[in-house]
Amino acid sequence: MSVTINIPTALRQFTGGSARVEIEAATVNEALAGLTTRHAELRRHLFNEKNQLRSFVNVYVNDEDIRYQVGSETELKDGDSLMIVPSIAGGSTATEILPSLSNDEIARYSRHLIMPEVGLAGQRRLKAASVLMIGTGGLGAPSGMYLAAAGVGRIGIVDFDVVESSNLQRQIIHGTADVGRPKIESARDRLRDINPHIEIETHDARLTSENAIRLFQNYDLIVDGTDNFPTRYLVNDACVLLGKPNVYGSIFRFEGQASVFWAEKGACYRCLYPEPPPPGLVPSCAEGGVLGVLPGIVGAIQANETIKLILGAEDTLINRLLLFDAWQMKFRELKLRKDPLCPMCGENPTIQELIDYEEFCGLRQVQEKPDANSLEEITATQLKQRLDEGRDLQLIDVREPSEYEIARIPGTKLIPLGQVVTRLNEIDPSRETVVHCKGGVRSAKAIEALKKAGYPGRLLNLRGGITAWSNDVDPNVPKY
Amino acid sequence: MLQLGPNHLEEISSHGERDYPYECCGLLLGNFIDEPSRRVVETYPISNAREEQAKRNRFLIRPEELLSGERYAENRGLEVVGFYHSHPDHPAVPSQYDLEHAWPVFSYVVVSVSKGSAVDLRSWQMEPDRSRFIEEEIVKGN
Repeated sequence: MSVTINIPTALRQFTGGSARVEIEAATVNEALAGLTTRHAELRRHLFNEKNQLRSFVNVYVNDEDIRYQVGSETELKDGDSLMIVPSIAGGSTATEILPSLSNDEIARYSRHLIMPEVGLAGQRRLKAASVLMIGTGGLGAPSGMYLAAAGVGRIGIVDFDVVESSNLQRQIIHGTADVGRPKIESARDRLRDINPHIEIETHDARLTSENAIRLFQNYDLIVDGTDNFPTRYLVNDACVLLGKPNVYGSIFRFEGQASVFWAEKGACYRCLYPEPPPPGLVPSCAEGGVLGVLPGIVGAIQANETIKLILGAEDTLINRLLLFDAWQMKFRELKLRKDPLCPMCGENPTIQELIDYEEFCGLRQVQEKPDANSLEEITATQLKQRLDEGRDLQLIDVREPSEYEIARIPGTKLIPLGQVVTRLNEIDPSRETVVHCKGGVRSAKAIEALKKAGYPGRLLNLRGGITAWSNDVDPNVPKY
Repeated sequence: MLQLGPNHLEEISSHGERDYPYECCGLLLGNFIDEPSRRVVETYPISNAREEQAKRNRFLIRPEELLSGERYAENRGLEVVGFYHSHPDHPAVPSQYDLEHAWPVFSYVVVSVSKGSAVDLRSWQMEPDRSRFIEEEIVKGN
């Protein structure tokens, strides 16, 4: 196939002044290869160091941009005419001056630097980037550590919690010696130890509608490592309002999810879940448990996607929801689509500022409910006293058998919350009954359910559950 | 050497001031006289095609716009001899980004606009090996 390539004025000096070059070629690729073989000086202006057509070089075949055909694989017919047209771009250095790397940093990041997908430019981009981590728990621990190790130049961490020993099974950013310390301090020390070349900013605060915008503003990307619905919606909404990507992860027992919600490029969290689940339906990790490795895997996926977003990679989790089951060891993927009716990022958004997320998730009412129903309570010390006095008390434990195995109050009968109503006849209404769980929430639900089902006897809720019993009465009962 | 009339200097500067804090851009139409000299006969302002957020430090002239600019020039017996753009609150020196996106031969005029007023205007040409920009002399013609 003989085709004609029209050479733009600027490049004619490399073709000996000719405005047209005749080439034998079957595709655009071949035509450009032929042209740049014949006129080698042209090559560096059309192709970059990675042998890709430079982003500002546009090729038209018979006045049609090849981008709207099949790119450089576009086939050519005899007599076709190719035109090379530059798009002219430029700009001041304000954000584009990337920080340089010291020799120490070059040595540290060498495994990144030798891959063309990262390279020196990518590593400098990582150094110029800033990421805000919401939480330093199960998800924040691995993602923060990998982002620090990867050389993300500025990492902010938000947390208000204190390290507890039950955190250590999965929150590997904290160590045994850190128990009792504020999480942000412990996390900061660990990240600094991993990489002294980066800046770490700590924000000792609970993320709220009042501070979210101010905190998010100073960072390029937000990594959501929260464990509750109000904060998850808050993170999403603040990211949409500010146009920032939200790298999402969540975990429960053996199952994890990950995605990238970036309203400018695809779906946001509300496109996927317009409404939160009714309160109490989805148990938290504290109630339901979580395999310690799971957040390690999901958090590492979040770090992976964060790095790709910074590097400008294409195949990120935008518009994709990754589902992972650690027990079956299976990954699945759902396609997401932006919802045009989404109240946050749709065509006519109705939410234009941050709202009260506790209320949105229905949490305020739940806390008030037990009081409204005049729930009778008893403290652990009072219970102990009555038992010592030899009062006839019936003790019902509504936790799960696996919890009962770890710790129990002597003389209790186990009826898990899900079975209390069907096994109502096992509870003697003529005796005074104390119901307990781990912390007092499930037992309150059990009492409510029993009353609704018509249970006639007197029911008392053990305030603070078996944890209070361990604290105030018998320290030999382990806390979990 | 780039020959610019006082009216062209004025047009480029005021375009930069008008679009501040965003970057402005446009074509320089004229003739190559005796390489490497060129004379500007007309400026051809172009609307910055960059998305809102990037406009503060980026400009983009789409190929269609360049083509229509070239056609306009051709009808008047002119050629595209270069481009101009502004650097809001930044010196009139090409950036690394400018270099990565530059074409040889053309003149690149950069006008520095500080707090809304044009304060400096310089012209540059890229070395044929793409290694750097060299400043080119501006001669004020008529």
